[in-house]
Amino acid sequence: MSARIVLAGAQPLFRKEVLRFWKVSFQTVAAPVLTAVMYLVVFGHALNGRVSVYDGVGYIQFLIPGLVMMSVLQNAFANSSSSLIQSKITGNLVFLLVTPLSPAAWFLAYTGAAVVRGMAVGAGVMAVTVWFAPPGLANPLWIVVFGFLGAAMMGTLGLIAGLWAEKFDQLAAFQNFIIMPLTFLSGVFYSVHSLPPVWHVASRLNPFFYMIDGFRAGFFGQSDVSPWLSLGVVAVFFVAVASVALALLRSGYKLRH
Amino acid sequence: MSAISFQQVEKTYASGVRALGGVSFDVQPGEFFGLLGPNGAGKTTLISILAGLARATRGKVTVMGHDVVDDYAAARKSLGIVPQELVFDPFFSVRETLRIQSGYFGVRRNDDWIDELLASLGLADKADANMRQLSGGMKRRVLVAQALVHRPPVIVLDEPTAGVDVELRQTLWQFIARLNREGHTVLLTTHYLEEAEALCQRIAMLKLGKVVALERTTQLLATTASTMLRFKTDHALPASLAERARVTGRFAQVSARDAADVEAVLAQLREAAVPIEDLEIGRADLEDVFLDIMTAEQQA
Repeated sequence: MSARIVLAGAQPLFRKEVLRFWKVSFQTVAAPVLTAVMYLVVFGHALNGRVSVYDGVGYIQFLIPGLVMMSVLQNAFANSSSSLIQSKITGNLVFLLVTPLSPAAWFLAYTGAAVVRGMAVGAGVMAVTVWFAPPGLANPLWIVVFGFLGAAMMGTLGLIAGLWAEKFDQLAAFQNFIIMPLTFLSGVFYSVHSLPPVWHVASRLNPFFYMIDGFRAGFFGQSDVSPWLSLGVVAVFFVAVASVALALLRSGYKLRH
Repeated sequence: MSAISFQQVEKTYASGVRALGGVSFDVQPGEFFGLLGPNGAGKTTLISILAGLARATRGKVTVMGHDVVDDYAAARKSLGIVPQELVFDPFFSVRETLRIQSGYFGVRRNDDWIDELLASLGLADKADANMRQLSGGMKRRVLVAQALVHRPPVIVLDEPTAGVDVELRQTLWQFIARLNREGHTVLLTTHYLEEAEALCQRIAMLKLGKVVALERTTQLLATTASTMLRFKTDHALPASLAERARVTGRFAQVSARDAADVEAVLAQLREAAVPIEDLEIGRADLEDVFLDIMTAEQQA
């Protein structure tokens, strides 16, 4: 199947998925922005001056890109996973299953819409928090690349979780026991250099760390590891989860019996 | 080329349940075809395989010559499915729902046909209403519109009138009959056998995953006892009649082969002193044929 046909097929589903979250944007965009601002106010007030980050960078400045990226990742995951599980549980996924859309079109549409929601929330968080302490703009390309790749990876993980889960509580478990710990232990609120050696090494095993660290490099020109290393790790993880998602879609896993 | 072709279709679920045991039949282009059977006969499984919602364990299924697995995109473009369950997407209005569904099939700028569907199904004044605001009957109409939005040559209706009011049934059947006259092939499953008798040119009956009858409707009706005695009684029927009668509350139906058999039935009622009311003698209908076939299969 040619790329043109796949893209043409993905378009209507992509538009529908974007329209779906946009119709409830108060809940899907505004609420996560408010949550991130709360984190900034509380953690910024509690930890400002107590946590050492990069040279010449204040804690609130440091925190803002981390919060933006955390919001991007969590909302990208939430978009694809919640859409799929809702459609599965309410039964309206049948409207999609009877269409000629290819597995690649499903993948592109769900992941693409997850990227749009992740980016929309990220932009909202940035627009509100940047006034607290502008973090700088050392390399905008890294910001775009890591924002996009991180959202795509989490949208894909959401797709996998949505395919696997049969009940809302299974999805909540995936979110609470995998996504949330990996996000919080990725260096959103601290530089991994400030951690004890064991946790420092543990952080290096967390793919979310590379997404946050690379994203932050775009603002400060400083990072815990080279942005090129982060890019490589994130790209490899994205290819891995995308391959799994496509294989599940092709096999009809938990979709076609 | 058949509009729909099932060849030796078998389906065994992962749980070990064997839903279909080698089903074969074809539906010709332009035909109005009925697929009947009791609950658990395998009708919905067969339609699920046709629609790509389930995969056959063995066998081959085609729609307008396109294999539903190897050439699924072309097969699904040729098919419009009205699902049995009343499902909807609560985020969208009726018009948005139809535009989205149309887009999935690659049909853009389809508003003229969408407007025609809305008008034909009595949904024109609900076009901008959210799906959540619609009654059950209205939601069922939208399901029909969704199945037809890409103008498929083959339409599959899986118990479309289950639990819907008389008005919708009339609207729906008039519209589907019109589409059939215009050349669309229709495959209908229903538990309302009078609908199948009135609409379907040919009928397949399934039982326990196997085809137990496949005939033109007129031939099916001719295969059973042609006469049916229907009456009301508050008394038990004599044993000789009870075993061949169908009793629902006060209503009893007894089949008879010919006029002499009708006399014999009435004589037995008189001898047993069973008072009856509202006696009617009429032709057997599809329900009688259905029950005869299902009972015969049970005894076999």
